[in-house]
Amino acid sequence: MSAANLSMAGALNAALRNRMEADPKVLVMGLDVGKLGGVFRITDGLQKDFGEERVIDAPLGEAGIIGAAVGLAIRGYRPVCEIQFDGFVYPAFDQIVCQVAKFHNRSLGQVKMPIVVRIPYGGGIGAVEHHSESPEAYFAHTAGLKVVTCSNPADAYWMLRQSIDCDDPVIFFEPKRRYWAKGQVDTEAHPPPLHSARVVRQGTDVTVVAYGPMVATALDAAGAAAEDGHQLEVIDLRSLSPIDIDPVVQSVTRTGRLVVVHEASVTLGMGAEIAARVQERAFYSLEAPVLRVGGFDTPYPASRIEEEWLPDVDRILDAVDRTLAY
Amino acid sequence: MSLHHDVPPEPDLVQLLTPEGIRVEHPDFPLSITDDELRSLYRDLILVRRFDAEGTALQRQGELGLWASCLGQEAAQVGSGRAMRVQDMAFPTYREHGVAWCRDVDPVTLLGMFRGVSLGGWNPNENNFNLYTIVLGAQTLHAVGYAMGVARDGVVGTGDLSRDTAVLAYFGDGASSQGDVNEAFIWAAAANLPVVFYCQNNQWAISESVERQTRVPLFHRASGFGFPGVRVDGNDVLACLAVTRVALDEARSGQGPTLIEAYTYRMAAHTTSDDPTRYRLSDELETWRLRDPIERLRAYLIREAGVGHDFFTEIDDESEELAVRIRAACRALPDPDPLSPFEQVYSEITQELAEQRAGYLAYLESFEEAHS
Repeated sequence: MSAANLSMAGALNAALRNRMEADPKVLVMGLDVGKLGGVFRITDGLQKDFGEERVIDAPLGEAGIIGAAVGLAIRGYRPVCEIQFDGFVYPAFDQIVCQVAKFHNRSLGQVKMPIVVRIPYGGGIGAVEHHSESPEAYFAHTAGLKVVTCSNPADAYWMLRQSIDCDDPVIFFEPKRRYWAKGQVDTEAHPPPLHSARVVRQGTDVTVVAYGPMVATALDAAGAAAEDGHQLEVIDLRSLSPIDIDPVVQSVTRTGRLVVVHEASVTLGMGAEIAARVQERAFYSLEAPVLRVGGFDTPYPASRIEEEWLPDVDRILDAVDRTLAY
Repeated sequence: MSLHHDVPPEPDLVQLLTPEGIRVEHPDFPLSITDDELRSLYRDLILVRRFDAEGTALQRQGELGLWASCLGQEAAQVGSGRAMRVQDMAFPTYREHGVAWCRDVDPVTLLGMFRGVSLGGWNPNENNFNLYTIVLGAQTLHAVGYAMGVARDGVVGTGDLSRDTAVLAYFGDGASSQGDVNEAFIWAAAANLPVVFYCQNNQWAISESVERQTRVPLFHRASGFGFPGVRVDGNDVLACLAVTRVALDEARSGQGPTLIEAYTYRMAAHTTSDDPTRYRLSDELETWRLRDPIERLRAYLIREAGVGHDFFTEIDDESEELAVRIRAACRALPDPDPLSPFEQVYSEITQELAEQRAGYLAYLESFEEAHS
């Protein structure tokens, strides 16, 4: 059977399994990814089936995980690294930004860096600090990296497969609060290209661009707006670098209004980049300034108030109202 | 009782050739070496020193933006470089010109990044010599990952010395303070990887003396990580060769990592941008000049190996030819195309990058039209 009802976690696990079966050079490496199956169980059962040589419980050091992945890639392997939580990626920042991102270029294209760095990200799970961050813009800012994020199980499955097949390094952000939401995954489908955005709900009044954990929230907002008679067009950006801006521009050309939603702080975030590109390409189509709904420029708050801090349906609808009133 | 005891005195180092050029034996590191091999090592040392001197001169002439001299460290580099087998992999910092020489990387290729025409510019797998790495210590983790791959490829401990592979990770006394280096030690030890960590302690990290980095001899650190450490006279090419050979063979046979501290001295400035007179005394330089790595081998070759004047003249002539070739080839290195930064950022150029490139090209061409 090629279609199954899977959670995002299950879909990611299936994608890893699929690629490990297809290519003996694919390795999984990270903290607790072996017997435990990862703290979110994404690698559940893989070590049992593929062995400790291919599913590697790493010593506890993120720079080590990514630095070792560079050496493995030079030797011809395709490491898939798990960073346990978003806030733990920073010790590996130099290895990702200075080494992984540049190596292909520095070797004049003669050595590929087919490394995937999986990062569970975002808030909404009531965690302690450093476990709820959205650091995607740091990586999207870096030449040589590709950055993607999935919002549903089917995308999780296909985008992870495509990322592992990619000869460039891919930072793969997984919205941890959506890990257990289920959806249909057709493992014999023809997926869209990895770096393509997708219209997930059509509408005529306001374009809402979201990605990762905020796509479901944006869709909820679109449902609520429809009750008020406003038709929101929701676009799942999927790829944060490179950005597939054309579907966004085409949508804005029709709606004239754009709201960008993400959990990350708004200043210099993905929303700023989307706004800049859209005003470059669709200036005369815009009926109102592009609005951003995102995290505030504060540290991620203590978890008891994170639901107030995070963008939700009401804050999206507030932005929709403001852009419609302009 | 007290937990704090006096720091023990500086330990002995492995030495096979004294600064005076006297051959001595070490019980743990016997070395049988032919006169031809000795001559070959001498040739390496002379040619590396000459190449390095050309690097400094070319910078002074404005042909290079920067040069990081390896003056004084030739024996540490040639000894370890010649200890490698062809299948072994080296992970250098940015100063291992002598190791590059031993791996048959063209010196002119190395000049590219110092001239500002490339950001690396060679294929690490072609000569088993990784790209120079400027961020200190990062390459030690790459060496660890590469060694993991070596182990998974089943070329450790098979007993076939022509296949079994070891990895040599270079770093310096300054980098020994980096987290990456310490993580690399941990990984290599925990997984018993075929890596030899080769620390050239050249006493200075730009202006910071080694005392700023450590209060134990650097090779002692290995014991805390659970593998052997050894200090070798880094200005003694024979000792560096012998010790590295043993460590690499132990690594390739599956016995795990070693830390070698090659005790040497950075005779030149950190780079051509540095002024060491601001932070170190000329007396120190003079002390180390007496321990020169080349003079001791020359003395030995003349006194004990009966090497005659003709040999030295021959090497000097070759050195001159190398210098002429390097100078000409350096000046002939073309500036990269202004559009070249867009190449090889990704395995295939992305649409957004292609659009940026097209926009930049149109901008550049607008000037040509204005001039025509």
